[in-house]
Amino acid sequence: MENQFPITKWVDENGNVTGEDYKEMVTEELARTFYQHMIRIRTFDKKGISLQRQGRIGTYAPYEGQEASQVGSALALETEDWMFPSYRDHGAAMTFGHSLKNILLFWNGRNEGCIPPEGKNIFPPGIPIATQLPHAVGAAFAEKWKGTKNAAIVYFGDGATSEGDFHEGLNMSSVFEAPVVFFNQNNRYAISVPMEKQMKTKTIAQKALAYDIPGIRIDGNDVFAVYFETLKAMDRARAGEGPTLIEAVTWRYGAHTTADDPTKYRDQMESERKREETDPVLRVERLLKNNGWFDEAWAERMQKQAAEEVDAAVAEMESFPPADPADIFDHVFAEPNWQLQQQKQEYFQAKKGVPVWNQQQQ
Amino acid sequence: MESTTAVKKKTMTLVQAITDGMRTMLAEDENVLVLGEDVGKNGGVFRATDHLQEEFGEDRVMDTPLSEAGFIGAAIGMAVNGLRPVAEIQFLGFIYPAYEQIMTHASRLRSRTMGHFTVPMVIRAPYGAGVRAPEIHSDSTEAIFTHMPGLKVVCPSSPVDAKGLLIAAIEDPDPVLYLEPMRCYRSSREEVPEGKYTVEIGKANKLQEGNDVSVITWGAMVPVASQAVKEMEAKGVSCELIDLRTLYPIDRDTIAASVQKTGRTVIVHEAHGTGGVGNDVLAIVNDTSFLYQKAPVERVTGFDSPVPFFGFEDEYLPTPARVKHAIEKVIKF
Repeated sequence: MENQFPITKWVDENGNVTGEDYKEMVTEELARTFYQHMIRIRTFDKKGISLQRQGRIGTYAPYEGQEASQVGSALALETEDWMFPSYRDHGAAMTFGHSLKNILLFWNGRNEGCIPPEGKNIFPPGIPIATQLPHAVGAAFAEKWKGTKNAAIVYFGDGATSEGDFHEGLNMSSVFEAPVVFFNQNNRYAISVPMEKQMKTKTIAQKALAYDIPGIRIDGNDVFAVYFETLKAMDRARAGEGPTLIEAVTWRYGAHTTADDPTKYRDQMESERKREETDPVLRVERLLKNNGWFDEAWAERMQKQAAEEVDAAVAEMESFPPADPADIFDHVFAEPNWQLQQQKQEYFQAKKGVPVWNQQQQ
Repeated sequence: MESTTAVKKKTMTLVQAITDGMRTMLAEDENVLVLGEDVGKNGGVFRATDHLQEEFGEDRVMDTPLSEAGFIGAAIGMAVNGLRPVAEIQFLGFIYPAYEQIMTHASRLRSRTMGHFTVPMVIRAPYGAGVRAPEIHSDSTEAIFTHMPGLKVVCPSSPVDAKGLLIAAIEDPDPVLYLEPMRCYRSSREEVPEGKYTVEIGKANKLQEGNDVSVITWGAMVPVASQAVKEMEAKGVSCELIDLRTLYPIDRDTIAASVQKTGRTVIVHEAHGTGGVGNDVLAIVNDTSFLYQKAPVERVTGFDSPVPFFGFEDEYLPTPARVKHAIEKVIKF
């Protein structure tokens, strides 16, 4: 099966284009764009961990190492497409146009973090594993039903492919010929459980066979392969040719979340080696250098710009007005029912010093 | 009936009224879409969607794979993206694979996103015992859904309410679980207005005025309670019979007004007693009308056993005799 689903790679670990066919497509402009986006989301991710360590946000799920998968796939979308990220895909979400401030608010326990910028169809992060796949199928189906050319992309990890919702989502999309791309980031660990304990199959792409849809396996640390293969899959979706499963083989350097200690389940040297050998950002840097496109001053400027943007977002997040407890009650239904109205009233009276037990029962 | 432009009426069973409600809304709103297992050519296992695919086409009345979590999840995506899906679950006992989608997403999305994304969808599910159905086909687990913030739960007992509540549910901006008492699907007929009308979600229906005892029930237990009430009337006990119609949010005011008048309360439901919706009714009686009560509130419910195989279901289900016994108990207290 590994032979049937070979890993597509456009640019290798040393920054060399792998085939003549790709040479024209691997341009300086694209390389610079990808590099800039990857630096940006890596800067954000490092800040996320540091903010959590300082107690300035809550538990945080890092994606460092997966930047090529997230940037390449998100840049393949059109403005009106739908994105269904999981909790580790805010790199993709911010590349697609989500607000950095809102993403930080999400990790700081605020519902505002689930709200995308106006006009952006970005769903809140899927938390229970794989549950977002059927949503993407439904939203994509609705686009087809309305006769648009919009499509949906949905993100999930290797562990998600063991869930029922993965199979139900793929099967339904296949039956409905829904314009959806299933973008799997196979980082080879579901928290602590390695891929070989998660499934007997050697690839995830082969699971597409069961649903008679294309299954593509790519080097998820090669942003060019990710971008162009996602673009192809999205084009297929738009053309009414149905869904695609993409397996982007990648690696997360860090913990599952800041609440987890990866030294308990894997050798940290492996990640250190991968930082040298297969890092997605370094690969584009090498490509730029190999082609004489790298400009130290420009790269420093990109770093600085990213740091400034992230710092500004942190400042915005930290100066954001405190949560209004009324929001607990006001958004459960379009019109709050009597239970919520009563509980809200009692809550605010208690806040004012009138204990609930002294209040007149209605 | 809250609003109606309809004047002509037609005699229908409850299940026909449900079909008519879907037909009315499919014609009224092009974004309404019916989906589920066997809802197409087969017209649903109970024929609730009979002929709808013929009339509206496969794009509007869609068979789905056998995939409760999948198609309820997909319906969420459709609802968020501008459609008004009406999904059929064949029996409430088969809804559990979709529980996560309903609990974690359908009911919560408005709240999570502070109203940015909303899920105007309806899930229809026949529920309850008493039709000698195979194992697992007779569950009445409404309480695990009323406990779920962000979801409305309705349960009609008559053809007129069935159609009006269904239309209200389809027009509601929030997700609604619409429970259909399968035991009442074809057990009686009544005149149902043609065309569009709604029955307000959250409003109970006082089926009978009375002074001595309030009997509060819903769905398939309405005819059972009604029979008991009739027999008690003959014995000179005046009962007020209330059909809740909506299980969340419950109509507190109608309950309070009734139990304050009668001072005695009997709650009847076929679901298991522990954690049942009857306990929420009891809490309303306690919160609003404790000092009016002349006797402890009685509950007549299914047992805390799984709904038994149909060989025992008549033992499990509340009967007019059990309801009468409870009424006598609160009278004699």
